[in-house]
Amino acid sequence: MSAAVAADACPRVSRRFRLQWEEAQSAWVLLYPEGMVKLNQSAGEIMRRCDGSRTVPAIVADLEQAFGASGLADDVAKFLELARAQQWIER
Amino acid sequence: MSAASIPAQPGPPLWLLAELTYRCPLHCAFCYNPVDFATSGPELSTDDWLRVLREARAAGSVQCGFSGGEPMLRDDLEVLVAEAHRLGFYTNLLTSGVGLTEERAAALKAAGLDHIQLSFQDSTRELNDFLSHTRTFDLKQRVAALIKDNGWPMVMNCVIHRLNIDYIDRIIEMAVELGAEYLELANSQYYSWALLNRDQLLPTREQLERAERVTNEYREKYGDRIRIFFVVPDYYETRPKKCMNGWGNVFLTVTPDGTALPCHTAKMLPGLAFPNVREMGVREIWYESEGFNRYRGDGWMKEPCRTCPDKEKDLGGCRCQAYMLAGDPAAADPVCDKSPAHGLVVEALARVESGAGRNVPLVFRDPATSRRLVAGES
Repeated sequence: MSAAVAADACPRVSRRFRLQWEEAQSAWVLLYPEGMVKLNQSAGEIMRRCDGSRTVPAIVADLEQAFGASGLADDVAKFLELARAQQWIER
Repeated sequence: MSAASIPAQPGPPLWLLAELTYRCPLHCAFCYNPVDFATSGPELSTDDWLRVLREARAAGSVQCGFSGGEPMLRDDLEVLVAEAHRLGFYTNLLTSGVGLTEERAAALKAAGLDHIQLSFQDSTRELNDFLSHTRTFDLKQRVAALIKDNGWPMVMNCVIHRLNIDYIDRIIEMAVELGAEYLELANSQYYSWALLNRDQLLPTREQLERAERVTNEYREKYGDRIRIFFVVPDYYETRPKKCMNGWGNVFLTVTPDGTALPCHTAKMLPGLAFPNVREMGVREIWYESEGFNRYRGDGWMKEPCRTCPDKEKDLGGCRCQAYMLAGDPAAADPVCDKSPAHGLVVEALARVESGAGRNVPLVFRDPATSRRLVAGES
């Protein structure tokens, strides 16, 4: 399944969902008809960068810079695969 | 300590259900609105609702459902949706589609409405219309097209009961034909008007098993094209549902007259004062009021719930059902086969199998009947 995704794809939040920061929950959430997914911190930080303008390597680089970390590519890829399976993101 | 496992202090009221009006052009025999709805006080004004939306959002509400009755009968619906959208709510409209014209759909879209759940609020007449592709089908088809044209996800809901459960294949086909992406086949739960009509509406076990089988066949046939949810009537379960995901846990209902409730039907419970949004702010209602605190945590539980290993799973079931059937809102939900009152549920199912209610007319939800029932004439 992940093989079908082009290397230069720019993932974006699916139109079926709305991503927003919820102060009361201190979390990013995905909203959909009559439901909500509360994202943990790392999922939220990845999802908020899925804006349709950044490639996956760009998202990884941005995260590594923002959190002073390295070697996040595998974790990001793993999460994006899950997010695609859940139809949270397109591309 | 077991008390620590079920928190008595809740998170925010994530779900706000705004029941805008009890007025409704339909007369469904399974309506969950209270039987005494016709004696309810005056509806909240536009300004009242705007204040409730702001207060609820500030308290952390994020999903907002506009419901009723038929919410399209409020001509300020667009104003309320626009404010809810501006505040950052995800806005849901629960409607039968009656009154949803092209103009109003466009206005709701412009106001930022996120989602419409189109319901088949069938009475027997509507069921016939529906099954014979006449009036109702035309209406639903028109509204389904409006929903699609405006780019909303297409979610359909049909309440299932003995009189339509045998046509479940045709209901699914119809939903597919209308382009629904989601279909909820929600078996009636037995509260309010549905409880009055329970002998006529509760399906037999054979009907239920067939309907589940047929639904599974259609799931295989259509795959991802339509997601079908099937909710069984809890009378056929042996453990109760975790009602509202916990009392005062995520769900806040505001009724047309401003009463704040932890669920649609809680107003029936005796000895409990529920606050009104005209007199108390949403945050205080949620965290401080007696009505919302009474059945939080597990300190209120009696046996067999108190020592039950499943108590965290179902929180003892539904307080309203415990009151309606066992006469005690703190009792175990009689759906549970550990409940001393479970025999009442078994008896209700036996009545169905024996054909009770077959020649009894349905009691339809309308204001005159509501007033008559309140006066005790019926």
